[in-house]
Amino acid sequence: MAALRVLVGVKRVIDFAVKVRVAPGGAAVQTQGVKHSLNPFCEIALEEAVRLREAGAAAEVVVATLGTKASQETLRTALAMGADRAVLAELAEGAAAGPREVAVALAALARRLQPQLVLLGKQAIDDDCNQTGQILAAILDWPQGTFASRVSLEPGAVQVQREVDGGLETLRLRLPAVLTADLRLNEPRYATLPNIMKAKKKPLEVVPAADLGVPAGPPRLRLLQLQEPPPRAGGEKVESVESLLGKLRHAGRI
Amino acid sequence: MQRPGRAGSPAPSPAGRAVPGAGLQLPGCPAGCRGAERPRTAAAMAWRAAPRAAARLLRGRRGIASCIDPSTGLTEDQKEFQKVAFDFAAKEMAPYMAEWDEKEIFPVETMRKAAQLGFGGIYVKPDVGGSGLSRLDTSIIFEALSTGCTSTTAYMSIHNMCVWMIDTFGNEEQRRRFCPSLCSMEKFASYCLTEPGSGSDAASLLTSAQRKGDTYVLNGSKAFISGGGDTDVYVVMCRTGGPGPKGISCLVLEKGMPGLSFGKKEKKVGWNSQPTRAVIFEDCVVPVDNRLGAEGQGFSIAMQGLNGGRINIASCSLGAAHASVLLAQEHLTVRKQFGEPLANNQYLQFGLAEMATRLLAARLMVRNAARALQEGRQDAAVLCSMAKLFATDECFGICNQALQMHGGYGYLKDYAVQQFVRDIRVHQILEGKRCSYYKCSGSGIRRKTALEAPTFPQESDSWVSEPCSALGVRCAVCECLGQGLWLCGSRGRYLVGYFKSLTAEEDI
Repeated sequence: MAALRVLVGVKRVIDFAVKVRVAPGGAAVQTQGVKHSLNPFCEIALEEAVRLREAGAAAEVVVATLGTKASQETLRTALAMGADRAVLAELAEGAAAGPREVAVALAALARRLQPQLVLLGKQAIDDDCNQTGQILAAILDWPQGTFASRVSLEPGAVQVQREVDGGLETLRLRLPAVLTADLRLNEPRYATLPNIMKAKKKPLEVVPAADLGVPAGPPRLRLLQLQEPPPRAGGEKVESVESLLGKLRHAGRI
Repeated sequence: MQRPGRAGSPAPSPAGRAVPGAGLQLPGCPAGCRGAERPRTAAAMAWRAAPRAAARLLRGRRGIASCIDPSTGLTEDQKEFQKVAFDFAAKEMAPYMAEWDEKEIFPVETMRKAAQLGFGGIYVKPDVGGSGLSRLDTSIIFEALSTGCTSTTAYMSIHNMCVWMIDTFGNEEQRRRFCPSLCSMEKFASYCLTEPGSGSDAASLLTSAQRKGDTYVLNGSKAFISGGGDTDVYVVMCRTGGPGPKGISCLVLEKGMPGLSFGKKEKKVGWNSQPTRAVIFEDCVVPVDNRLGAEGQGFSIAMQGLNGGRINIASCSLGAAHASVLLAQEHLTVRKQFGEPLANNQYLQFGLAEMATRLLAARLMVRNAARALQEGRQDAAVLCSMAKLFATDECFGICNQALQMHGGYGYLKDYAVQQFVRDIRVHQILEGKRCSYYKCSGSGIRRKTALEAPTFPQESDSWVSEPCSALGVRCAVCECLGQGLWLCGSRGRYLVGYFKSLTAEEDI
């Protein structure tokens, strides 16, 4: 277990507390001047990796992201939380990437860095795709444990408890494996002031995304349109269960 | 777009008369009229909701992406510090601030959690457990923490000031003895300068410390000591020599020392999450080894501590004002009168804009003073005083105006804004400024105001702290500025200055 390296993929997203506005044109949201931060599920994944290292089960935690230069601040936050080093797969300004592109970049990094475990958040809070971990596992042909709510490393394998629709499912996966973190996996720590200062000295490598095989051009997933939900209309009170059922059928709800 | 949890507009007032801003039930309403529903703003609901839900909702106090965003102009590191502080404030402090205020709880465990992040000795050197950050970093951190609970943050700033004093003026042995457990907040500290008979006129303190062999024996009492009785370490300014500032020394006492006792816990308007008691010395024996610095250096140590203390208190005011502006802003979007949200009212829009402007101005004053202090500039002490004066006044005005915008709801303890108002009112009073010099040359035609950096009291001949009229001197400052400009906070308007004997040339 001594040489076990964990690769954590993170994403820079609009901060959850921001009131998101649709940009003119309707095909994107306003990101200019808006506060961004580390995706909460990625934070949970990173916290798990750091805990594994602190418990002695892992030796090194490398955090990586695919993004523009602004993503460096996200990596610094991750370093302050305890990662050992960071890699930025840099996109040109204004370029976008979807789950497929991120998975390609992380796969290339995985081949370079040879981690035994890749930890991602289950989804990003901006697009809620819930695809990157799964696509990455497929590209690498590694086993995947998604929606992890408990992770424990064993020699050569990892036992993961998953939150699925029917309840909790426990799997044992051979290493190397890809896991995605769900909400109840852990509670991420606050970065401490000393760690924030130490983060400045930790290595942050910048690699052009093209070097990792990320195809140039627009992402495979294209966002067609964004619109706000319709304004809330008034409800209606009914007198009996029968009329309730009738109205629901009429509205096509049942 | 509807916000979750919002009730409809309040029921109309009785007798068809629209009473602006009145959400409360008016007397004389017809029986059965249950009165207006309270606007269920996210903030109001969060106030009572379970801590986790509250934390999520109250995280809006970060003020994201707006003109009053407190992270503009900061370095990457400072933004990280601020982020940690905001997160901590939102999760660990904001959900409990009402309870701590109501039940007068001194939140020891929460503060220890904060200390684990490095907030116990922010500008103390790392070799004794501090975080070794700058004054500006400290200001930013306290400003952010204050949005969670101003009273607790203000106590933490006092604690930090005490640890810094020991770290800076103590010898190696004292630093190693006291600082590590204070930085981790295993132990808490209090700053003891004020006495029943000396507030603004701190140099006239009476607590005596008589040298007996290798101990000092203290007699006297201190008033209004934050944390008094619950804290473990007391940094006490006492008189070892003659009258005036030169006779004052600084001793570190510990709870449990014989002769050290405490008065009753004071009942206060705000700052209820920290106990305030008198500290009483009755033949209290303190080893000479507990003296910080040399005999006679105590007043200087106290004043230097207060420079940073003033920035910290001003920063706490900034945080409270910031949170209040956000609360007011949200209330205005939710509350409807005359058929539309209050946010459409031009007077209130202007009011909000003014509040934002004043907040930004105050913030800039405080950060500028913090920079000056950490650079060791000569005008630093004056800037700290001016920043404290300006920021505490402005921020109280902002919080007060925010309360006003809440209408009757602002007066209820269900809403956070009243606690910010109560908590920061005292910031205008304590840690009052010592001295800012004004030398006015006023002959009616030519008026020139020059600020000189104050020299420490040891170098001055006399201290004067009286209302100008009592001096029997026509104060040029009052005349030329048109009103008594108060620079030192306690209980009224005083001009504290050093008046040299006036010569004809000075034309005052």
